[in-house]
Amino acid sequence: MPIHDQSYRRYGGHREALGRAWTVIAWAGIRSMIGKRKFLALLIFAWIPFIVRAVQIYIAANFPQASILAPTAETFRQFIEQQGVFVFFVTIYVGAGLIANDRRANALQIYLSKPLMRVEYIAGKLAVLMAFLLLVTWVPGILLLLLQVLFAGSFSFLRANLFLFPALTLASFLQVIVASFTMLALSSLSNSSRYVAILYAGAVFFTEAMFGALTAITGSTAVSWVSFSANLAQVVDVIFRLKPRYDTPVPVSLLVIVALIALSISVLERRVRGVEVVT
Amino acid sequence: MAESSAVVQLDHVTVTYGANRALRDVSAVFRPGAVGLLGPNGAGKSTMLKALLGFVRPDQGTMHVLDLDVAREPLAIRARLGYMPETDAHIPGMNAVSFVAYCGQLAGLPSVDAMQRAHEVLYYVGLGEARYRNVETYSTGMKQRIKLAQALVHDPDLLFLDEPTNGMDPKGRQEMLDLIRDLAHNKNVNLILSSHLLPDVEFTCEHVVVMDKGTVVTQGPIQDLKAPRGQVYELRVKGDEAAFLETLRAAGMECHATDEDVMRVFVPNGQNQRALFALATREGVQVRHLKPSVPTLEDVFAKAIGEE
Repeated sequence: MPIHDQSYRRYGGHREALGRAWTVIAWAGIRSMIGKRKFLALLIFAWIPFIVRAVQIYIAANFPQASILAPTAETFRQFIEQQGVFVFFVTIYVGAGLIANDRRANALQIYLSKPLMRVEYIAGKLAVLMAFLLLVTWVPGILLLLLQVLFAGSFSFLRANLFLFPALTLASFLQVIVASFTMLALSSLSNSSRYVAILYAGAVFFTEAMFGALTAITGSTAVSWVSFSANLAQVVDVIFRLKPRYDTPVPVSLLVIVALIALSISVLERRVRGVEVVT
Repeated sequence: MAESSAVVQLDHVTVTYGANRALRDVSAVFRPGAVGLLGPNGAGKSTMLKALLGFVRPDQGTMHVLDLDVAREPLAIRARLGYMPETDAHIPGMNAVSFVAYCGQLAGLPSVDAMQRAHEVLYYVGLGEARYRNVETYSTGMKQRIKLAQALVHDPDLLFLDEPTNGMDPKGRQEMLDLIRDLAHNKNVNLILSSHLLPDVEFTCEHVVVMDKGTVVTQGPIQDLKAPRGQVYELRVKGDEAAFLETLRAAGMECHATDEDVMRVFVPNGQNQRALFALATREGVQVRHLKPSVPTLEDVFAKAIGEE
């Protein structure tokens, strides 16, 4: 008889309620990304525009001769637009492998044999990408607004531009949701994260190039609806109470964005399965 | 309504992939303990397990697992199930202990308990020393073991093992079979072992469900299925073997070829070896070898799927 039998034992402990597996997936994904030095460098790089804007707000608030630098509502709109480039890179770095790597390792059948629904799996993966994208859009945007109040020592700017908080929130989330759903859908289409990254970059650049070509041919920007980023820019302009920059009606741009999200959900619904059926 | 003594029950289940009917009106009962799901490749074994897991929705029929309806309570079922898939499967970028603990958390264990259980089951499956290695660096045999570990970590009431000895060397295969046998016989874990390997099923299971071409061709306790319904002989003859086989079958005797040049002949009750000699004499063939034998699971399998 052994002193201690290091064998299989039945488990009699506590079990979490169903429906929380997405948080496990999200935390595991976030921890995995934070462990990558290259990604941390990208995140730090993505905060440089925030530092520049913070310095700008500080100077404008403390040196009257630099009042030309004083922030307006448009400053925050420009900031969100500038962060678009980091949204692109973070989306590719974090998102390309989110489902593609699981498909390569046949992990979907492991996930879906556990007590979680497909929607929980997708929510967990979305949460990973959205968390990092909000970290480079919404979080610095809101912090800039707070810094403005702190540096100016008054709420007058905030009171005059109360819409900025919801505008920053709405614009950031819209940008992040579109990028996340699109990337996740593309990631579910392949087993190769590199291929997915190329596909995403290709889709962004190709639609932008097509918009440029069509604008040159027609002499009008009414065809901006063909561009992934132009549609976002158009809608975000309206959110920040600015004049839309293209001739495309805003509802059309909004409709294209909604259609893109719906298409992504449809792709995810078909591709995220425990068994792949080839007929 | 599921039979209370069954851990899994299927009633008239049909599963179709496009034009291909993978399961055809399947009704089967899996009793507690270790049950073998036996059949040649393409028989529908994996499809059955995937349907029970809720991966594929049947076109018709009902399925119950642990007295729960698969269509209505898939999550409650999967919380009590462990699934070891046939193909290589892991979460990329994780070492073994993180992977197994992660699977435990996904199955509802608190993180501390999941980590503790991960260490325990990794030792149990023989990966204790390699538990901090990235799973992607594992050999085929180790990958089989880690798949078993992730299926076990949350202490399921029922295990689905899909071809668990695939790609393993003889020593590793025997160790895996010992583990499965230990789980079923000493740890009171119900399990369904899907395999096309008869010795694996015979070593680990008491019951068997035999499938072929999407249907269940026979099921029951292995001992009952192996019970002689007549006598079995090993026979080798010289002469027109094909004609002799036809004669035997015409006389109501089943004949199955083996890997060697020996055939196994089932002589019905009421007859004996004299009938074989009489038929051989009539056909003009020489009996070179005749030896009484006992039915094996292979015979049951061959008989069930109508193999000659």
